[in-house]
Amino acid sequence: MSQDTTIVAGNAATVAVGRSRSAAAASGTLYWAWNFFGGLGILFALWWLAIYVTTLNPAMSHFASFGPGPAFKEIGHLWNNGLIPKALQTSGARLGAGLAIAIAIGVPVGILIGRSRRFRELSNSPFQLMRMISPLSWEPIAVIVFVGWDQAIIFLIAIAAVWPVMFSTAAGLSKVDPAWFKVARNLGAKPWHVVTQIIVPAIAFDVLTGIRLALGVGWIVLVPSEFLGVTSGFGYTIEDSRESLEYEKLMAMLLVIGAVGYVLDSICLALIKRYSWHK
Amino acid sequence: MAIRGVNINIQGLGYRYSSRGKPTFSNLMLESKRGEALAIIGRSGCGKSTLLHIIAGLNRPTEGTMHFDDKKIEGPSSRWVMMFQAPHLFPWMKVSQNVGVGLGFAGWPEKEKRERVDEALRLVELQDYAETNVQDLSGGQQQRVALARSLVMEPELLLLDEPFSALDAFTRASLQRDVRSIAKRLGFNLIIVTHDIDEAVLMADRALIMAGAPGKIVHEFEVPLDDPRQRQDPAVQAMRARLLDAFHSAAQVAGAPKEKLDEADTESNSVSQHA
Repeated sequence: MSQDTTIVAGNAATVAVGRSRSAAAASGTLYWAWNFFGGLGILFALWWLAIYVTTLNPAMSHFASFGPGPAFKEIGHLWNNGLIPKALQTSGARLGAGLAIAIAIGVPVGILIGRSRRFRELSNSPFQLMRMISPLSWEPIAVIVFVGWDQAIIFLIAIAAVWPVMFSTAAGLSKVDPAWFKVARNLGAKPWHVVTQIIVPAIAFDVLTGIRLALGVGWIVLVPSEFLGVTSGFGYTIEDSRESLEYEKLMAMLLVIGAVGYVLDSICLALIKRYSWHK
Repeated sequence: MAIRGVNINIQGLGYRYSSRGKPTFSNLMLESKRGEALAIIGRSGCGKSTLLHIIAGLNRPTEGTMHFDDKKIEGPSSRWVMMFQAPHLFPWMKVSQNVGVGLGFAGWPEKEKRERVDEALRLVELQDYAETNVQDLSGGQQQRVALARSLVMEPELLLLDEPFSALDAFTRASLQRDVRSIAKRLGFNLIIVTHDIDEAVLMADRALIMAGAPGKIVHEFEVPLDDPRQRQDPAVQAMRARLLDAFHSAAQVAGAPKEKLDEADTESNSVSQHA
């Protein structure tokens, strides 16, 4: 076989492999889309069915506002009048601040727990005790301690989110191969090199997993926290809708809360995949 | 790469793990000239790995002094680099990043770092794997990356702590040959700790047998063989037999049971049969 023939055959093989990979990717996307929309379709169908069956009884006809149709229609209306963007902004800021505090405390303390046996043993009982206190039971104390409602909500999110970040970080550090530190020292690493180039990338997966859990907990705590004296945010809007009997608005906000939480979780998952080195 | 070896002078070296414990070794004297390949053979527990860690500056001796070219050694440095039994690569880094990590610690500019990494990868014949994830490499390739990571620092001394013992016989034989050949070409010193007699004969210019508790150097052999060294070569076989005899007699003096004494012989034989 001549060299030219070999090159042409090689190129054809490369193109074939490329096409087969593209086809596999397209098929994977199609499969994902089928599951995604299929799953949501089942959920909405069950929702619609539940409301339909309920409202067959004329005495229960007012429950029709809880159905998916009015809720979806209301989402457009709430978006256009600026209520959803405003709720996203205020609730997002509270969640972001609470999570930032949880990460700022949780990661270094988690590293300390993972690196120092003495600190781990000393801190175990107080941390486990505090972890088991429901975040919302701090609410009366938060209201007394903090001047503004916003600070109290941020505190509640932070106290709920700090534990998964802290314990995931500590767990990640306990899995770090001690030989990596020896190799790093052997190659002339200074202490900050060990932190930035060994510890941080080694535990990135566990820290991000902790942040993902913390985000879930924080998002769950956010809504009831906003039942407090604030006049903005998702929790406030839900409470306000219930009091004013605007059930389609209430259901629309629940849908938005679920969708935003899902998007945030997906972002975390993508980051975990991006920074995970585990095979 | 411009590497040169170092004259090593160790005087009265001793180490004990705890202040009241028995010394691992004491009053140990060792000299090695520039560019020499030195093998330290001994049974597990005789203190040879501890000695290597002390020479690398990773542990501090409890007594004695070490000088490299008249410079007193008191800690780790990128001029004397150790290769461990396992490669211990950083799995979140690609091959080239693993190789260049020490240069990064030393603050090398990116362009020069890249050039030296490429050169080190060529030395270990992994130039086509620069962008590969280290987890996708075989055990032998990973150990080659660890070797490149050491070589890229242009060390005066490369310390090897049974670095090939976890590899299959073929890969081990090829790495033994390559490491000696690279060391001789670039001129740096080698200190190899091993319990594999064949490894000592194939890689070293001089072999020391360590035995006893506390450990001491009980025999010393020049290994004046031509390169490349082949296992089947009668001179290599004769040297191996001499070392094995000395190893057995040293171990018997130290009170080792017979079955333990046969371990080194069995291991050497298994490698000979494979390679």
